[in-house]
Amino acid sequence: MIALLTRDLRLAVRAGGGFGLGLAFFLIVTVLVPFGVGPETGLLSRIAPGVLWIGALLACLLSLDRIFALDWEDGSLDLLATAPLPMEGIVSIKALAHWLTTGLPLVLAAPVLGVLLSLPLEGYLWVLVSLAAGTPALSVIGTFGAALTVGLKRGGLLLSLLVLPLYVPTLIFGAEVARRGAEGLAVQTPLLMLAGISAGVIALLPFASAAVLRINLR
Amino acid sequence: MMLSVTDLAVSRGGVPVLEGVSFALAPGRALVLRGPNGSGKTTLLRTIAGLQPPYAGTVEGAGERIAYAAHSDGLKAMLSVTENLRFWAQVFGTTDISAALRDFDLERLEDLLAGNLSAGQKRRLGLARMMVTGRPVWVLDEPTVSLDTASVALFAQAVRRHLQGGGSALMATHIDLGIPEAEVFDVTPFKASPRAALQDEAFL
Repeated sequence: MIALLTRDLRLAVRAGGGFGLGLAFFLIVTVLVPFGVGPETGLLSRIAPGVLWIGALLACLLSLDRIFALDWEDGSLDLLATAPLPMEGIVSIKALAHWLTTGLPLVLAAPVLGVLLSLPLEGYLWVLVSLAAGTPALSVIGTFGAALTVGLKRGGLLLSLLVLPLYVPTLIFGAEVARRGAEGLAVQTPLLMLAGISAGVIALLPFASAAVLRINLR
Repeated sequence: MMLSVTDLAVSRGGVPVLEGVSFALAPGRALVLRGPNGSGKTTLLRTIAGLQPPYAGTVEGAGERIAYAAHSDGLKAMLSVTENLRFWAQVFGTTDISAALRDFDLERLEDLLAGNLSAGQKRRLGLARMMVTGRPVWVLDEPTVSLDTASVALFAQAVRRHLQGGGSALMATHIDLGIPEAEVFDVTPFKASPRAALQDEAFL
């Protein structure tokens, strides 16, 4: 399992691994929004938490189809399925590797990019906390979508359509935590909901992902 | 422990392609599957490797004893030869990759990226993977594709050493490997009668 994780991380940082893909997309979105809506600081700081969350979510979505597609194309997914690792373990490790290479950099970059959107000072902590609590859910749900569409030619479109509705609850509660935090309100309720969604999907979805992956490999 | 296949039927896309296949493979023996293209050899091997459920019949002595090699080698282009091999060794819980590198003449290539290897060298690396799994039953699908004569001889030697060590091998191939222990099993007589899929098995 550790071997699979280190292999995936190593592949991600080598040429063509797509490590910077999500991060670059996130940067582009947050840089372009102030140009699009104008330089009015009050408006920007009001929409900043939501823009950061939407940017992070779309950046996450962008790299989902790589989770299994590369391993499927070169045949290593078949070989992993016959290896002594449980399929549930394989999909969990894949989700963890996706989070470490996409989700975690987004979490760390968000406060920096918040400056561009004149995020209020109280908001930085809560944007960081909400993304840290929410992005694992995005990776795990995305892994499920990737497992569903593995082997489909041009499966990326179907993957996005399948995964987007599943991302909505995470987005609602995540952006709500960040917004309330930025406005200095109590964040406990949406934060608990967000953490609950993350914990729930981490516990349950690997089993579903493993089941659909087994069916797709037939 | 024997690998035994009893009255096995296998399906591709829900349509049975082979039925009534029975054979047994004892330790130290090799079995070569023969049959024209599309006759179901790959489907049979995938079923025995556990990647798809049998349409009917049983496979015994497979599961965790099988090391499977498909048409594609499962190599990562951006990892070196040793990194690729060491990864599979770790997955299968073994540590020694030097024997595999030596037997498939990969020692001079060990620091090259797998993406820079020729087709035949990639194939040798893919086959060397079987040695680091430490599993007794090798299931090989067209192992000699893109190998030259010298590499086929290396492969045949590796298989014979594996058989002498008490392992067994099940191979689908069209050429003569020069392995005297190997018996030939022709799948042509077991071709399933054409009929539509009896059930929608997508979610079974």
